[in-house]
Amino acid sequence: MVSVESERPGGELLVPTPVKIVIAGGFGTGKTTLVNSVSEIPPLHTEELLTEAGVGVDDVVGLENKETTTVALDFGRITINPEVVLYLFGTPGQNRFWFMWDELAYGAIGAVILVDTRRLDSSFPSIDFFERRGIPFIIAVNCFEGAHQYGAEEVRRALDVDDAIPLVLCDARDRESSKTVLVSLIQHTMDRLDAMA
Amino acid sequence: MNGREDWWYDEAAGPLVRPYAMVRGRTRPLRPELHLVTQVRAMPSPSDPDSLSVEHLEIMELCRRPLSVAEVAAYLDVPLVVVKVLLSDLIQRGDVVIRDPSRAPVVPDRNLLQAVLDGVRGI
Repeated sequence: MVSVESERPGGELLVPTPVKIVIAGGFGTGKTTLVNSVSEIPPLHTEELLTEAGVGVDDVVGLENKETTTVALDFGRITINPEVVLYLFGTPGQNRFWFMWDELAYGAIGAVILVDTRRLDSSFPSIDFFERRGIPFIIAVNCFEGAHQYGAEEVRRALDVDDAIPLVLCDARDRESSKTVLVSLIQHTMDRLDAMA
Repeated sequence: MNGREDWWYDEAAGPLVRPYAMVRGRTRPLRPELHLVTQVRAMPSPSDPDSLSVEHLEIMELCRRPLSVAEVAAYLDVPLVVVKVLLSDLIQRGDVVIRDPSRAPVVPDRNLLQAVLDGVRGI
C-alpha cells in the first residue's frame, strides 16, 4: 500500500481526491467478485437506510416512526497515490433502489456493466440507467465456466449496444483480467473527454 | 425461565441502540458535501474532546489517515446516515477536514484520469 504523506508543505493536512467507478450489472453477474479481485482491502460492507417510499433518509429525525429498509453496499479501494484514491462500488442487487443508484453514480468517472450471457436481460436496466445519464460505461462479459462462450460481436448484437461502447470478455475472479476491464473503462472515459474537447 | 426474557435480542433484531438514539435525535440537516467517497481526515487533536461522544472519538481515531464516508460507516458498522450526522458535527467544530468528489461527473479532469489509469495498471 502506498504510504500517505501526512502534510503538504506549509502544514496543511493532505486530503486525497476521491475517484469512483461503479460496478453494475444484474444479480449474480460477478460484481463483488470483480471488486474483490482488484481491491487492496477485503471488500467493505455498509448500509444506507431508505424509507418505504424508496427515498433516501437525509436526517435521522423521526426515523423511529418511519418504516425503513436497508440497502447493502459493497465496495473496494485502490490507493492510486498519496493524492488520489479510487473506490469501486457494486450496485445493490435489487434494481428498485434507484435513489441509491443516483448516489452511486454521482461524480463517478464511469461504470462497468457486467454481463452473464445466460441472463443477458438482467443487465438491461443498468445499460439504460447509464445511457440516460450520459455516464461513460463499458460492457464486460463475465465468462462463467460451463456457460456457452459467445463472441464479443454476438453479445453486442444481443445487447443492442452502440459500436462506440467498448465490450470486453473477462474473468472477474482473475486480478489481471479485472485490471484490464478497469483500464478499458478509464481509456473510454478519456476518449470521450477528448472527443468533447 | 432464565434466558427467555432476552430471547428477542439477537443479531437479526438489529442493533439495540437505534440510529436515532446514537445521534440523540438531533434535527440539523446533513452537510450536502458528504457523499459516499468524500474523504475525511481528522485534525491532529479534537478541539474539546470532553464534549464529544464515544462515536465522535472513534471517527477521530479512524480518520487519522484519510478515509471515505463509506469506509468510516463500514468500520464503525453503522448506517451511512448516522455517520453523516456525526461527521456533520465534527465538520462544524472544525475537527475534521474533507474533500468531496468532482462536481462535474461527465467532465472529469484529464490529468486525474491519467493518474488513475497509471495507478490501476501498476497494481
